[in-house]
Amino acid sequence: MAGIPHDHYEPKSGFEKWLHSRLPVVSLVYDTLMIPTPKNLNWWWIWGIVLAFCLVLQIVTGIVLVMHYTPHVDMAFASVEHIMRDVNGGWLLRYLHANGASLFFFAVYIHIFRGLFYGSYKAPREVTWIVGMLIYLAMMATAFMGYVLPWGQMSFWGATVITGLFGAIPGIGPTIQEWLLGGPAVDNATLNRFFSLHYLLPFVIAALVAVHIWAFHTTGNNNPTGVEVRRGSKAEAEKDTLPFWPYFVIKDLFALAVILVVFFAVVGFMPNYLGHPDNYIEANPLATPAHIVPEWYFLPFYAILRAFTSDVWIVMLTNWVTFGIVDAKFFGVLAMFGAIAVMALVPWLDTSSVRSGQYRPMFKWWYRLLLIDFVVLMWCGAMPAEPPYSTISLIASAYWFAYFLVILPILGVIEKPLAQPATIEDDFNAHYGAKTHAAE
Amino acid sequence: MLKKLAITAVSALTLLAGQAMAAGGEGGHIEDHAFSFEGPFGTFDEHQLQRGLQVYTEVCSACHGLRYVPIRSLSDEGGPHLPEDQVRAYAKQFTVVDKETGEEREGKETDNFPHNTGAGAPDLSLMAKARPGFHGPYGLGINQFMRGIGGPEYIHSLITGYHEAPACAPADFPGNYNAVFANGGYPDSCKEYEETVVEKVNADGSVTKVTEKKEVGRLAPGSWIAMPAPLSEGQVTYADGTEATVEQMSEDVTAFLMWAAEPKMMERKQAGFLAVLFLGLLSVLLYLTNKRLWAPHKGKKIA
Repeated sequence: MAGIPHDHYEPKSGFEKWLHSRLPVVSLVYDTLMIPTPKNLNWWWIWGIVLAFCLVLQIVTGIVLVMHYTPHVDMAFASVEHIMRDVNGGWLLRYLHANGASLFFFAVYIHIFRGLFYGSYKAPREVTWIVGMLIYLAMMATAFMGYVLPWGQMSFWGATVITGLFGAIPGIGPTIQEWLLGGPAVDNATLNRFFSLHYLLPFVIAALVAVHIWAFHTTGNNNPTGVEVRRGSKAEAEKDTLPFWPYFVIKDLFALAVILVVFFAVVGFMPNYLGHPDNYIEANPLATPAHIVPEWYFLPFYAILRAFTSDVWIVMLTNWVTFGIVDAKFFGVLAMFGAIAVMALVPWLDTSSVRSGQYRPMFKWWYRLLLIDFVVLMWCGAMPAEPPYSTISLIASAYWFAYFLVILPILGVIEKPLAQPATIEDDFNAHYGAKTHAAE
Repeated sequence: MLKKLAITAVSALTLLAGQAMAAGGEGGHIEDHAFSFEGPFGTFDEHQLQRGLQVYTEVCSACHGLRYVPIRSLSDEGGPHLPEDQVRAYAKQFTVVDKETGEEREGKETDNFPHNTGAGAPDLSLMAKARPGFHGPYGLGINQFMRGIGGPEYIHSLITGYHEAPACAPADFPGNYNAVFANGGYPDSCKEYEETVVEKVNADGSVTKVTEKKEVGRLAPGSWIAMPAPLSEGQVTYADGTEATVEQMSEDVTAFLMWAAEPKMMERKQAGFLAVLFLGLLSVLLYLTNKRLWAPHKGKKIA
């Protein structure tokens, strides 16, 4: 692998040499595990491992659940109850899978916000960031379709509302919606295709994860200072880094174990905490629930979707400029996808040459406000779309866009950054004290 | 101008008041109740589940079904834990249509409880998980950890929530007044209205005054439910001699329905407890490993 100089795998025995000249797979594993990693990584860098664990957990539990699940509108709900009551350990598989999705999103949000603070998206890591955003989009699609499979009331009505978003596209919307649903409304055809895609997409995610890792193994990890690892020589690089195995594997596994204590406490003691009671009622196309609420991890973007009503001036203006083609509903859909798009484009919107937020005194405050903004949006998404929540949603949505489109571009120009440490070694020693000849 | 302001103010006030009422007015208050199965260490009381089964069989099953619950699970540990011969005998009271032969036969323990929708009553298999009870504090629902998911509280409150209909209601209003049930019929004579005058601008520019009637509150919580009060004092004669008060029977059948909805709860909590214990131990070991691993590279911690 290119990048930071380090020792490479040398085949020793006859068999190793034979295999290496035909398929250098041992070399690939060795170089991936022994990658030089900045030794000053803090605890915010452990969520990648948690995410990898979640992906494996979801795929493994999912594959077994599929063995007992029936994707048919008349049988899906009953087959889930069959899993809960008749299948050995079925209840555990299902609760792990349902809560595993929540842990997955919890981890991905921390992972994304870590990247946003430490400038992990900045050159030369833009591709890592973009691939990460694709993973996040695929995760949302997978989670949404997975939630439809138990065929409860929220499954059905959530599917109706979300596919309805595509119906809001002017002109071709209704056709696209019908194409997605496989008919005029959410029905058996919808359930079957969602099941098919829900099984397919995790493998797409796995492939994207491999690309994500490949990309940052090429550039090297970012780190809390944002200062690059010295690459002049192997000796120099070794002062800034330690190999991923065992130093970071053990550290990450420790963090994972602590997180799993909480995860298993939720699965064991309150597995339905993050679910909606209505999803224990079988889907009924004739009875609409009083409040259709998406899963918690969609709430911030759901709030943005609902924030732009027809009485907001920018919606009115857009409507007028586009001769009524972009109405409030379509504007909301554009805003929701736009909110993710601006986040994906942040490598080119942030004009600051300093990577880490630690050395950006003004950025720090705006970033903290973004964190609060995200939580406020999540809360608004769970509330009914009426005053005062609609107003709060609108302000919070506006800040989300302002952060990426206005604040980040301007900050890079007007902000005076603080002094950064010269090397990662300096930063590490400033925290832990220098230990002479420790690494030799 | 002043008049317009006044109208706006009145509308705004009624809107706010309406919301405040709507929040409390939809269904009655769900009282928290200390059931034995709540909290991380909560367990089902098998005697209570057996009593609950009796109430279900003698009262509820007349109209309600438990279509997802296999009869054989009545003998499960962590459930009612009835002896297997009793379960076999219990199953015989049902007549089922055999899936293979298409003929009617006596029920067997491998059958599920019958699917009963004769009176339009909902199936109860998952009822304890399908109704929200409380969701606090601040809507976060964290109190579920200690107090359970709230569904059993809803069922218990509903069963014991029958009261004499408020005086505002017409005597022949269909259904039975229940202070907890939210989605039933509600007589107009018990609703409070606020009338506001709104000025509407017509297409030709002229202004018409329209009186808008808006529901702002209800005189009594809850609504009218089709199900008559199911329990009365001494309705069942408990085999174990427990006094059959309405409160007691309601509690027992609620516990039974929680078990019906979540039959593996005891197993689940045990697994959760084991997992937490082992992962906690693993965390400690990994912490020590990590500390030792990094020690040669770290000096004394400064910051």
